[in-house]
Amino acid sequence: MSTQIRPAPVRKNIFVDASQDHAFEIFTSGMGVWWPKSHKLSEAELDAQIIEPKEGGRWYQRNLDGSECEIGSVAAWEPPARVLLIWQLNAQWTFDPDLKTEVEVRFAPEGSGTRVELEHRNLERLGDSAEGFREAIDSSGGWGALLKLFAEEAAR
Amino acid sequence: MANASRVFAALHDPTRRAVLERLRDGPRPVNEIARGLPVTRPAVSQHLKILKEAGLVSDRSEGTRRIYYVDPKGLGAMRAWLDQFWDSALSAFAAEVERASKEEKK
Repeated sequence: MSTQIRPAPVRKNIFVDASQDHAFEIFTSGMGVWWPKSHKLSEAELDAQIIEPKEGGRWYQRNLDGSECEIGSVAAWEPPARVLLIWQLNAQWTFDPDLKTEVEVRFAPEGSGTRVELEHRNLERLGDSAEGFREAIDSSGGWGALLKLFAEEAAR
Repeated sequence: MANASRVFAALHDPTRRAVLERLRDGPRPVNEIARGLPVTRPAVSQHLKILKEAGLVSDRSEGTRRIYYVDPKGLGAMRAWLDQFWDSALSAFAAEVERASKEEKK
């Protein structure tokens, strides 16, 4: 389809003053601690966010009321250098078993610490669900409202 | 600007915001986008390239012309949102690594 847009992957990297092992450990086992609390998947209070430490493992949130919310799965488990996660949350922030986007995280020793590189890719697969997302953030006057938001953020 | 996302960086430039604004009403070729803007056509092409890399616009061929349009499905917005999400998530991750390291040294 010639009109399909293919967004570039989201790429981030950050340096942490810790060993490769430690960085990997905190990223995976400690995810529940650092994951932004505003991004829970349920109304219930979040208890833990769990990445099962094996290929094919689940990636999910457990709530205090005992309910669980899937996020995706583990496609590759290579401590302490790399983990490949499958992100199956759509633009409405709900689990969609048919949607698969990849989040690859690499940990490389650098100087006294570790460089952590993250890539979230296959974003074009968010396609149809993103339409509603656009409407949601579009509500206060169209694309211009979004631009204004960006401009303010960029100017900070 | 080291931590600013690519999208924020793309939109930081007022000319690029003007370029994007001109696509709000529908797809347009470069010469129409450039008309009335105080920059040269090659400069507009360069701005479009950056907007495209950020996932905010896309293009297609129509004969010998390239037509630019704002992503119709809102993927650019979704991408921008995820970009921002991972920024804050990784900052929180780094803060936790630091906190845990200090704890160990105690």
